Amino acid sequence: MHDALPAVFAAILVLGIGIYVSLDGMDLGIGIVYLLAPRERDRDLMISTVGPVWDGNETWLVLGAVILYAAFPAALHVLLPALYLPLVVMLLALVLRGIAFEFRPNAVRSKRAWDVIFALASLAATLCQGLVLGTYIGVDFTPGRPTTFAFLSWFSVATAVGLVAGYALLGSAWLVWRLSGEPQAFARRLLRPCAIVVALFIVLVSVWTPLAHGDIATRWFSWPNIGFLAPIPVATVLVWVALWKTRDSRFDGLPYLLSVLLFWLGLIGLGVSVFPYAVPHRLTIWEAASRPGTLTVTGIGLAFWLPVVMSYLAFSYWTFRGKVRQVDAYP
Amino acid sequence: MISDAVLLSRLQFAFTLGYHILWPAFSIGMAGFLVFLNAAWLRTRRPVYLQLATFWTRIFGLAFGMGVVTGVVISYELGTNWSGFALATADVLGPLLSFEVLTAFFLEAGFIGILLFGRGRVSDKLHLAASIIVATGTIFSAFWILSANSWMQTPQGFDVIDGRFVATDWFKVVFNPSFPYRFAHMVLASYIAGTFVVLGVSGFYLARRRHVEFAGTAFSICLWMALVLVPAQLVVGDAHGLNTRAHQPVKLAAIEGRWETASEAPLNLFAIPNQKAERNDFEVAVPYLGSLILTHDLHGEIKGLKEVPPDRRPPVLIVFFAFRIMVACGMAMLGVAVLGAFLRWRGRLASAHWFHYLCVAATPLGFIAILAGWVVTEVGRQPFVVYGFLLTANAASPVAPPAIASTLLAFFVVFNLLLLGFFWYAGRLVMRGPSATALPIPQPTITPRVSHA
Repeated sequence: MHDALPAVFAAILVLGIGIYVSLDGMDLGIGIVYLLAPRERDRDLMISTVGPVWDGNETWLVLGAVILYAAFPAALHVLLPALYLPLVVMLLALVLRGIAFEFRPNAVRSKRAWDVIFALASLAATLCQGLVLGTYIGVDFTPGRPTTFAFLSWFSVATAVGLVAGYALLGSAWLVWRLSGEPQAFARRLLRPCAIVVALFIVLVSVWTPLAHGDIATRWFSWPNIGFLAPIPVATVLVWVALWKTRDSRFDGLPYLLSVLLFWLGLIGLGVSVFPYAVPHRLTIWEAASRPGTLTVTGIGLAFWLPVVMSYLAFSYWTFRGKVRQVDAYP
Repeated sequence: MISDAVLLSRLQFAFTLGYHILWPAFSIGMAGFLVFLNAAWLRTRRPVYLQLATFWTRIFGLAFGMGVVTGVVISYELGTNWSGFALATADVLGPLLSFEVLTAFFLEAGFIGILLFGRGRVSDKLHLAASIIVATGTIFSAFWILSANSWMQTPQGFDVIDGRFVATDWFKVVFNPSFPYRFAHMVLASYIAGTFVVLGVSGFYLARRRHVEFAGTAFSICLWMALVLVPAQLVVGDAHGLNTRAHQPVKLAAIEGRWETASEAPLNLFAIPNQKAERNDFEVAVPYLGSLILTHDLHGEIKGLKEVPPDRRPPVLIVFFAFRIMVACGMAMLGVAVLGAFLRWRGRLASAHWFHYLCVAATPLGFIAILAGWVVTEVGRQPFVVYGFLLTANAASPVAPPAIASTLLAFFVVFNLLLLGFFWYAGRLVMRGPSATALPIPQPTITPRVSHA
């Protein structure tokens, strides 16, 4: 029974990352495409679509950190110092992004400056997350501690660019859902260019990782795995094609839902490749896991609270649902 | 090389955490105040309460944002800068910090949107509920964070297996000996800090004879609050001191500047502790008072620093002075509260402009006291990170020092710019006053979702 616990926690961690990416990825994506918007009023509206919820979205990142700490401390022990620079720069960027949300509505003459800070900080945070992702998949953690700049490789830079496109896709798709008229049309025009870059990135990862890591190739292409796993790439292609065709769809929520689905398929694919490791090729999730007692206590707390948390976050989204037509302001 | 990393990580953590701590403290206090105002508005329907709630919600929103963004940093620094600590303590503190995120961080984040933007979109009752939930969230957060922090001060309920702490009794871990005192002390401190900010801003308006009804109402409420909270804090602080004497005698010796163990110990009002020479220079002391305050007995024994080897003592000078700064702030706030009560009794609260200015000057006292108290408790714990068990030097991540130095510099620049930004925007809200922020409530800006043709 206890042996299943680390696997359960790995699943919870993947769930948390997936939710974070689906929600804050969209906030960051709005930041990435923010300065491309033609008018200041469009930018006001774009911000208003996430003003009341961005804080909750970012909290999934904190949950990820504390679950890693509580459940897989040995993995945290290796990974976080190794990823020091991209992680801390990401934190600094998120500080600036978050504070831009708070200060911008209060600003008058400095509004333009906060616009630029919001956009650049969103971009920087995304690039850093992409570098972290690329380093996690690409760097060899087996010999010991990677050097300070091990996070910089052509592969991690490529994942960073891919993630920027992916978040831009999520953000634009969200704007299509929540806006109308001219700003919606602007967001809709961004969908296909973003989708193309995302496709290139998915192809790159799907080709490079099996080539670079024999065990990943075996995992995906050996019989009978290929039978079980084939639905993942097939579904990915179908979702992408459906996304491509949403330009003519009447359902404004569809691009966002399909973009989220695309991210989840990518995340599941990543999980399949990395399993059973917490730190690739160095620590399995069982080796990295904390004690059964710790996992049990944390698990009970999660089982009780996570559904509650998700319900009231959903309530918050429900309260602020619908098309945003006017700029939201503080009372 | 590692020792540079330890020092730089300590500086970075001290800076980012010391900076962070101000905002949750302010949020805890303000959230309680907003609950009161929203409830008063719902009950009495006096416009001044709505005006106050609207005005202070906006300032609260700015400060809350500062707390969130700086708090995210802390949660990652545990791993990036203190991976040794993280690995050693995960089986004790991991669940506590997880529960903080689950029960508090999310709770606040989920309802802050409704508190800030919801008026007019949800009913007044639901809006009040949102403010109660946010205020409760801030208390839950303080509960778990201070439980974890107190466990590092007074650890219990664990075994050490292979160099890692493993919890054996979760109840003992959560309710460790210093936790109830530290929790009460910190929550009170937060309410006091918030109270003195509202008092200072209201005093500013009264001194300038602006928004007199608006400012006078808050001024009166806050003086009542201060009159209750500050004396209560003295009692809790005293109990906390007795608890420290029982569980962290070396920290207490540093607070007191006491080198030799003594009964009938004097109280050092002033001294320059000399760590190398193991004595105090320029000592000014009151006989017997030390024993009396710390043991409630003229002949009580107080342990001295020399009971432990020099490398197990905290930096005495810092702890000694930080404690005195904290107490001085507390006494000054007590003076303001008592003076306010006296003026109220004489019916001169509205007219004594010198007192209004005094309250303006007292605005930052609560925060200075919190920072000083935090220095006392964390520096006083050194050289350990888990008191008596894990040395700070063994807790740090092996990150290259130049990398930490550059991020430390970046944090220093960015956080100070944010502070300036906060003062700028909050200051402007204050200058503009309530009239600008209490215009008719904006109508719901979102139309119900209809399928878009």
